[in-house]
Amino acid sequence: MTLYAVVFYLIAALILASTGMAITRRNPVHAVVYLVISFLGSALLFYILGAPFLAALEVIIYAGAMMVLFLFVVMMLGVEAMERRGFSLTDWIPALVLGLLFVAVAGLAVFQDPSSRAVLRLATAMPATFGRYIFEHDWLAVEIISILLLVGLVAAVQLGRGKGEGKGMETPPRKSGKEV
Amino acid sequence: MIVPFSHVFMLAALVFFLGLVCMVARRNLIMTLIGIEIMMNAAAIAFLSASLHWHRLEGQAFVLFILGVAATEVSVGLALVVAAHRQTQTMDPDAYKALKE
Repeated sequence: MTLYAVVFYLIAALILASTGMAITRRNPVHAVVYLVISFLGSALLFYILGAPFLAALEVIIYAGAMMVLFLFVVMMLGVEAMERRGFSLTDWIPALVLGLLFVAVAGLAVFQDPSSRAVLRLATAMPATFGRYIFEHDWLAVEIISILLLVGLVAAVQLGRGKGEGKGMETPPRKSGKEV
Repeated sequence: MIVPFSHVFMLAALVFFLGLVCMVARRNLIMTLIGIEIMMNAAAIAFLSASLHWHRLEGQAFVLFILGVAATEVSVGLALVVAAHRQTQTMDPDAYKALKE
């Protein structure tokens, strides 16, 4: 077993343990903090699997931006608003049974395939190589993703402003007129 | 040189399983969204291991798009959660049963 294998199994255990802790916490703040650890472990895994650029993006976007966004919403709505109901077995048993069925089928499919026993060889895609590849082959998808992000931004702003009074652009003048 | 392909793939399957359980079993909209995030992360792990297995860069390109989609999904999803909370004052998905305000 090489050093890389030891590191891989350590990271895998870290990811599974922190994700397992995250999904069973009752307090969403604790769950989000455990999830940050899980995503940092995923970033290490990405680095080992030869994607340093994606490892950096994982830290910045997943562990940084998204989890902070989750924390913002949890803090804004108040932890008291979150669930106080206990863990009911009627919720968990069907989910666990179906999920374990899925894992069993996936394991069967993966381990049946003889080519899956092939040991991965180390390789690294340098960010420059990766960027050149992306913009040579998938430039259209990059543009589509940028439009998707713009649409998401518009949707989030529109949903976030709420019903308030008036829905259009005329809200501020009308409000000031009412005050006068 | 590192580990068998199947082990990385099984790690992805197990993480996906944890996300699925979190999404289905938890009675909290925030935890549901977190479950979706975990599942997307598991998909990214699977794509990266496949990318290393066949030494092709398509898998890494897909992970980049997964990141973009996940970022959009979480922002819109959280905006929806805030809007739903503003109407019903609860995070329990079972409480959203009224079709009109």
